[in-house]
Amino acid sequence: MSRISAVASNTFREAVRDRVLYNLIFFALLLVGAALLFGQISIGIQRIVLVNLGLSAISVFGVVIAIFIGIGLVSKEMEKKTLYTILSRPVQRWEFIVGKFGGLAWTLVVNTLCMAIGFFAALYLLARHFERADGYLVVAIYFIILEFVVVTAVALLFSTFSSPVLSAVMALALFVIGTFAEDLRAFAAMSHGAMRVFATLAAYVVPNFASLNVISSVAHGQPVAASLVVYNTVYSLFYAAAALCGAILVFEYRNLK
Amino acid sequence: MLAIETFALEKSYSVGFWRKRRVAGLKPLNLSVEAGEVFGYLGPNGAGKTTTLKLLMGLIFPSGGSARILEMAIADPRMKSQIGFLPEQPFFYDYLTAAELLDYYARLSGVPARERTKRVQTALARVGISQSARTQLRKLSKGMLQRVGIAQAVLHDPKVVFLDEPMSGLDPLGRREVRDLIQSLKEEGKTVFFSTHILSDAEALCDRVAILHKGELRGVGAVNELTARTESKVEILFQGVQGVTLLSALGAECHATGEMVRAIIPENRQDEALEALRRLGLRLISLTPVRATLEDYFIERLKKDEKAEKVEVGR
Repeated sequence: MSRISAVASNTFREAVRDRVLYNLIFFALLLVGAALLFGQISIGIQRIVLVNLGLSAISVFGVVIAIFIGIGLVSKEMEKKTLYTILSRPVQRWEFIVGKFGGLAWTLVVNTLCMAIGFFAALYLLARHFERADGYLVVAIYFIILEFVVVTAVALLFSTFSSPVLSAVMALALFVIGTFAEDLRAFAAMSHGAMRVFATLAAYVVPNFASLNVISSVAHGQPVAASLVVYNTVYSLFYAAAALCGAILVFEYRNLK
Repeated sequence: MLAIETFALEKSYSVGFWRKRRVAGLKPLNLSVEAGEVFGYLGPNGAGKTTTLKLLMGLIFPSGGSARILEMAIADPRMKSQIGFLPEQPFFYDYLTAAELLDYYARLSGVPARERTKRVQTALARVGISQSARTQLRKLSKGMLQRVGIAQAVLHDPKVVFLDEPMSGLDPLGRREVRDLIQSLKEEGKTVFFSTHILSDAEALCDRVAILHKGELRGVGAVNELTARTESKVEILFQGVQGVTLLSALGAECHATGEMVRAIIPENRQDEALEALRRLGLRLISLTPVRATLEDYFIERLKKDEKAEKVEVGR
């Protein structure tokens, strides 16, 4: 356990000392600020615009961080040979993978919390008070964190067997397809024959990010069902665990260059 | 007690578009290293030295055979807490300071929290970079990074230390310090297994050496044992360049500086050479036996192997 936490805390430290990360957080906060501006010129729907833009900014920038750091988590260590001095110690390969995942997931949680503080500050500046429906925004942010957990695990999986560029393309493609997972399921239901089988299979294999996106409904003050919270939590954790197991399986048998 | 044992350990790679052709990186290797020995693993670039070390560290998997370190399988995590490893041209997390990096490695090696700071300071002092403890690694020179690499290899007080080309990138002073460090590890009773292609380093430090060429073990033994197998030579110093042609015909390597000629000749042709010089009326300055070095053995061995390969191909 101490070895996993050592790898995780080093991954966190690496991300924190990476200037690119600060640029991304800066732009995300800038976008939240811009949402405030857009809100002020959108008479009557200021709150809706602010929530939509603000939460979308948190989500998009978090996914970009998850993918662009996640894809290098293992491949960069192999390429730069920093793994040599780690795996020659009593560190199991699976411990390294779990530690790396934990470190990046924790980085994303901390980033999201920072951006969420900025978002709620902007919301308070606009409305000068918080209301009961704002509680659902916390649930939406929780879903965004779940989304990051899944994206991180998928990017890490790709990172174990592919180059960073190809991993980025695959992770990004999977994220886009997963965002339209509901449409893919609807398409599968309408299809026939081999296409139906293929589309159904694809719809269940790609992560269902559509179900994790409740930004639009919470922007309109609609509540989030408790069952959805439970379903999304279980689904995301299982999906991330499966991707992580895949990453471990690939990495366990990999010869380092 | 044996510190390292390999049993027909081998590694081959699939190459080509369809990955059907196999190329041997390391041919079946049977080797044993006694505890407390300084063992040199020698060979030209591409001989398979790094492949062997990567196999022993569990970084790549063998195509056949097995190995044991401290009588434990190479995949055993208990064994890994008792070894230290310096890779060739090591690269470390350059956003960390030297002290942070060593602290991280100490955590991974299972050094108790209360001992970590002291161990880190001791390791940094041992390689002479205490003053750079708080400097980010990206600001350190190549030589300093090599010292950090050595510090991380000995940080957790391992019983066996593996060093892959430890003198690489170091200036003469740095090389001298590494030699002293290896010597001090030996005095502490540790086993040191190091690969190098700088033969003078191996000759100065090693109890035994193994010579590897094209993935195959070509010789193993104590340095003086191996050098005793090489052909004895003598150095003849004389005046008169007209003697060069005659001595060259006897198989001498001649180097002329002005009128002075230095000829290295096999000991068994010594009498013929002296007779030739006498016939020409040249002045003999000195006659000195030449001690065979590891380099002589190494080059002779490689030449023999290449000759044998050519004969094999000719058939």
